[in-house]
Amino acid sequence: MSLAIRAEGLVKHYGETKALDGVDLEVPVGKVVGVLGPNGAGKTTAVRVLATLLRPDAGHATVGGHDVVKDPVRVRSLIGLTGQYASVDEDLSGTENLVLIARLLDHSRAGARARAAELLEQFELTEAAGRPARTYSGGMRRRLDLAASLVGNPAVLYLDEPTTGLDPHARNEVWRVVRKLVADGATVLLTTQYLEEADQLADTITVFDHGRVVAEGRADELKRRVGGQTLQVRPTSLADLDAVQRILGDLTGMRPTRDDDTGLLTAAVSDPVLLSTLVRKLDEAGITADELALRLPSLDEVFLALTGRKAEEGSLV
Amino acid sequence: MSAVALDKGLQHGLSLAWRGILKIRKNPEQLADVTIAPIVFLVMFTYLFGGALASSTDDYLQMLVPGIMVMNILQASMTAGVQLNTDVSKGVFDRFRSMPIARSAPLVGAVLADVVRYLMCVVVLLVVATIMGYRVQTGPVELVIAIALVLAFGLCFCWASVFVGMLLKTPGAVQGMMFVLIMPLTFGSNVFVGTSTMPGWLRAWADISPVSLLADALRGLLNGGPVAGPLAGSVVWMVAAVAVFFPLATLAYRKRV
Ligand SMILES: Nc1ncnc2c1ncn2[C@@H]1O[C@H](COP(=O)(O)OP(=O)(O)OP(=O)(O)O)[C@@H](O)[C@H]1O
Ligand SMILES: [Mg+2]
Repeated sequence: MSLAIRAEGLVKHYGETKALDGVDLEVPVGKVVGVLGPNGAGKTTAVRVLATLLRPDAGHATVGGHDVVKDPVRVRSLIGLTGQYASVDEDLSGTENLVLIARLLDHSRAGARARAAELLEQFELTEAAGRPARTYSGGMRRRLDLAASLVGNPAVLYLDEPTTGLDPHARNEVWRVVRKLVADGATVLLTTQYLEEADQLADTITVFDHGRVVAEGRADELKRRVGGQTLQVRPTSLADLDAVQRILGDLTGMRPTRDDDTGLLTAAVSDPVLLSTLVRKLDEAGITADELALRLPSLDEVFLALTGRKAEEGSLV
Repeated sequence: MSAVALDKGLQHGLSLAWRGILKIRKNPEQLADVTIAPIVFLVMFTYLFGGALASSTDDYLQMLVPGIMVMNILQASMTAGVQLNTDVSKGVFDRFRSMPIARSAPLVGAVLADVVRYLMCVVVLLVVATIMGYRVQTGPVELVIAIALVLAFGLCFCWASVFVGMLLKTPGAVQGMMFVLIMPLTFGSNVFVGTSTMPGWLRAWADISPVSLLADALRGLLNGGPVAGPLAGSVVWMVAAVAVFFPLATLAYRKRV
């Protein structure tokens, strides 16, 4: 398995602030890695180092096998970057912004125009294409910024909170584009505050906190690792609620939480095997259930458990 | 092989200059900023003090226009620093820096666009001056040389502006700082009045200041009169400005972007 991005022991200090405090990161070719972390965790700093915008104080990183410090030009020819803050030229129109980027990437005049039109179409900016970017809404600017980072069909794409401020429709559109890029073989490093986004897009998730990687793995692995699986049962008849509560309590050795309105009983479990035992016991008692599930904790809960902080307001899952 | 690299570097610089020129077209007020003040000075001084300072308003206008051209070019040359600083603070440079282009390309682009800006300033000023009654006394060749000289002067001194632009945090601070530098430079010269009535220390400076020398060279070229002396002096200043500020500016630029 070859690596598109490999970082070892990245350190970046700003005075007392340890923005990066020894970060290791590996992203296989063609995969999407989601970087999660609370504000100030060092996500943007990591992206800037990997995009050759910032020199690390220590450690090293390669992109496509090229060192970001020693061989930045090679790295730059591979990457596309959508920074956390839109970096479009506000005086220029959408078309002019993209044509400029394409010209800088050595497209011909006609080729640059065609590529710009294509991307504007893809991000539904065609109507606004001739207007100065200054008049764009926040979401339109982000989309233009994203389009700008795709002009050169980069093999490695960095997206620093690409959907912050986008409406659900535009967010879905970005997700669609990212999936398509990955299907075409691109590698993506994505930072996000939206846990659902990581869940949806990322093959693996890396959780940052205080400039360090505090956890990494697939979403389900992280969920399992944090533990806290729950068994949920909703008997068909509310009359069975007491009986089911008793069975569940005997099985788990704990008093289940009971919601009389929805008829849902929930109990924390440590052993997934209990699910089949529960099914048998309910069967023996002749009780049928509408809902019976072993549920992993949400990424929100994982995030909270790992960093001691809630994910940002508005995050889903 | 390095010829190819150089070629590409120039190509990228030209693309970025195109961006700069587009920006001039979209924000003509930016050009006005640097041209209106000199025109206001031109009108005000000519009609208010012209009669008092020279034998006639017309005589004063002939003396003043070449000097105001210098003032105008100094003001125009401060835009480079403000513009670059804006790009850096707004994150536009992050995009450029993450692309496989020469690091110097944005700088080359900014400076190339500046030449166009200078030319526009000079033309606008000369048109206004002509309407007011100013006449070039020599010929078209001298006029072209004079304009070329002014552009070259702007190109040499814009490195001071790039340096300040890369040193200070915000575009506003850059603008303010350049204003503070340019105003005394403009008034401590022979642009508006002869230096003979100035106190000794000021006169000593005003007689050798780059603004006075360039103004004199332009007067010689446009109105007739000695050119060689002031021209040589101006060239010395231009070379000195480049020698000092080009390395400082590129150093500051490399540190900042
Ligand atoms: N140029 C800088 N000067 C000083 N401190 C900085 C600078 N850039 C980042 N920091 C600090 O480094 C830490 C990490 O910042 P970074 O922007 O990488 O966080 P982040 O994870 O991207 O946060 P957010 O979710 O808010 O975008 C923060 O404490 C920040 O204040
Ligand atoms: Mg960030």
